[in-house]
Amino acid sequence: MTKYIIKRLLGMIPTLLVIITLSFFIVRVAPGGPFDGERALPEEVLANIEAKYHLDEPVLQQYGRYLFDVVRGDLGPSYKYVDNDVNYYIFTSLPNSAVLGVVAILIALIFGILFGILAAIYQNSWIDYLTMGLAVLGISIPLFVIGPLLQLVFAMKLHWLPISGWYSTGEGYSTIILPAISLAFAYFATIARLTRSSMLETLRSDYIRTAKAKGMKNSTIIAKHAMKGAMLPIVSYLGPAFAGIITGSIVIEQVFRVPGIGKFFVQSSFNRDYTLIIGVVIVFSVILVVMNFLVDIVYALLDPRIAY
Amino acid sequence: MKDNKQPILEIKDLQTHFKTDAGVVKAVNGVSFTVNKGETVGIVGESGCGKSVTNLSIMRLIPSPPGKIVGGEVLFDGENILDLPESELREIRGNKISMIFQDPMTSLNPFLKISTQMIETIRLHEKDVDKQEARKRSIEMLKKVGIPAAEARIDSYPHQFSGGMRQRVMIAMALSCNAQVLIADEPTTALDVTIQAQILELIQQISKDFGTAVILITHDLGVVAGMCDKVCVMYAGKIVEEAYTYELYNNPAHPYTSGLIQSVPRMDTQNKQKKLFSIEGQPPNVIDLPPCCPFHPRCHKTMDVCRCALPPTYEVSEDHKVNCWLYASEEEKAKAVADAAKENDK
Repeated sequence: MTKYIIKRLLGMIPTLLVIITLSFFIVRVAPGGPFDGERALPEEVLANIEAKYHLDEPVLQQYGRYLFDVVRGDLGPSYKYVDNDVNYYIFTSLPNSAVLGVVAILIALIFGILFGILAAIYQNSWIDYLTMGLAVLGISIPLFVIGPLLQLVFAMKLHWLPISGWYSTGEGYSTIILPAISLAFAYFATIARLTRSSMLETLRSDYIRTAKAKGMKNSTIIAKHAMKGAMLPIVSYLGPAFAGIITGSIVIEQVFRVPGIGKFFVQSSFNRDYTLIIGVVIVFSVILVVMNFLVDIVYALLDPRIAY
Repeated sequence: MKDNKQPILEIKDLQTHFKTDAGVVKAVNGVSFTVNKGETVGIVGESGCGKSVTNLSIMRLIPSPPGKIVGGEVLFDGENILDLPESELREIRGNKISMIFQDPMTSLNPFLKISTQMIETIRLHEKDVDKQEARKRSIEMLKKVGIPAAEARIDSYPHQFSGGMRQRVMIAMALSCNAQVLIADEPTTALDVTIQAQILELIQQISKDFGTAVILITHDLGVVAGMCDKVCVMYAGKIVEEAYTYELYNNPAHPYTSGLIQSVPRMDTQNKQKKLFSIEGQPPNVIDLPPCCPFHPRCHKTMDVCRCALPPTYEVSEDHKVNCWLYASEEEKAKAVADAAKENDK
C-alpha cells in the first residue's frame, strides 16, 4: 500500500507537467492577446509592456521561465489585474469556493444517499417517485434559475436568510446556506440516482439473499451487507465532482456575490490573461489529480478485492 | 428410519406466480411433498421447471414484485410459514431451516470477512453467545467442513477462497445453528467434478451426524441416486412423480422420468456405440398453459386424453405417486375427454 501511494504521488508530477505544457501553448494559440483592446495601444507602450512580462522573448524561453517559476510556487503576475499576482487572486478566492463547495457537497451527500436508499428500499412507492422527481428537477433546472428562485422565496418573501453576500466580508455565516443549497441541488440529484440504482442492484444480489436466508433484519442487511457495495459508484463519482464543486461556479458567485475562484476561470479566458488561465488550470488539475488518488485509496479500503 | 416417519416440513399445493409483461408465469403450480425428519429428498427436473422457486418459496425469499406466493401451505413442525409475521419468519430462516445456494462465488458477501459473516449468523439466533464463543464455534464448523488451517483462514475474505472452499463455508454457515432442514439448491452445479463429490459427501455426512433433513435440488440424476431417500420429479411447475429412490429408478412410472433416466450416460450397459437417449423438444412455456398434460407434446405415449385434461395423481404402488393418464381407467379417460369437449362447446 505504501509503495502504491508513493508511486501514485510520483506519478502526479508528469501528469501535471503535461497539463501545464499543453495549457501554456494552447492559450498562446488562441487568437488575440492580453493587451489587445478596442483601441490599439501605441507601439512603444505595447513593446514596453511585453518586455516587462517577457512576452517579447521566444516562446520556448518564456516556457522555461514559466516552468522555473511554477516549480518555485510562483504562478506569475496577472496581466489584467495588475494590483496583485496570480497567487494572491487564487489563494484569496479558492478558500471561499472551497467552503461553499464542501458545505454543498455535504448537503448533497447526506440527502442524496438518504433519499437514494429510501427510494431503493421502497421502490415504486411515493418516496421513490418523490426522489426521482426531485432528481429530474435537480438535473434539469439550471443554477441561474434555482439561485434566484431560492432568493425570492427564502430571502425576499420569508426573510429567513440573507439574499446574498459572504461571511468573509462580515455578513454572517448564514450567507453560505442559500448558495450551498443551490449548488448542491444538481449534485444531490446525481447522487440520489446513483445511490438508488446501485442499492437496487446490490439488494438483488445473491449475497443479500444469503443474508436474508440467515434470518437477518432488513435494516441490518442494508447497513451491514449492502451499504459498502452500494457506495462504490458514489465514491468514484465524488472524486471529479468534488474537484468541480470546490473550484467554484461563476453563476453562483454572480447570483450570491460570493468572492470565489469561479469567476477567474471565465474572466481570465476572456482577458487572455495567460498566467491566470494557466494558474487556475493548475489549481484545478492538482485538486482533480489528488481527488482521484483519494478515490482509489477509499476504494481499496471499501472493497477488499482491490489490492495494490 | 423409514419406519419412524415424522414429517418436519410439509408443502401443500404451493403456488408461486411471477407477473411479467408477457403474462403470469406460473413457476410453481400446485406442488405438494413432505420431508420427514432426517430424510433426504431430491427434487429433479430440467432448468426452469420450478425447482429453485419452490425452495425459495419455502423460505419466502421470492423477490416480490414480480414474484408472489399465491396459494398453498408450507408447514414447518405443523406451523404455516407462509402466514408467519416477519419477526417469526426470521426465527426460522437460518435457524431451523437453512439454505445453501447454487453459486458459492456470489453468495458470500465479498465485502465482509468470513469470520464476520459466520459469527453474525450464530449470534443472530443465539443472543447469549458472545463473540469469542461464536468465533470458536465458527472455526470448529470450518474444520468440520474441511477448511485447512481454519483458525487463520477464518479472517480471510471470500475472494481469497476457491469456489469449493466457498461452498464449504456456505455449508458451515448454514449448519452453524443446527438447522433441522437444510435446503441445498444445486450446491455443486458451479463446482468442478472432484469438488462436487466432496461437497455432496459432506452434506450427506452432516445430515447423518446431526439428523438434518435435506432437500437437494439438482438436475443430476446420478447425484440423486447416491444421496436421496426420496425423489420428486418436477415438470412445468408441478411434481409429476414422487417415489423412494430405489423404486423410482427401477420402476419409473411417468414417461418423463423414464426419459430422464435413459438420458443419463451409463458405463455398465451394452451398446456403448449407441447414441445417448434424449427427450425431444423443449420444456413448455409456463405462461398460460392450456389445461392438458404439459408433457404431452414431448411424450411418446401420448393419448387423446393427454391433450384435453390435466392428469390427476395416481398411486402406482405404496408411496409411489405419479401424475399421468397412463394409470387411469378407460372410463375415467373417456369421461375426461367428454368433459373437455363439453367445455369447448361452451
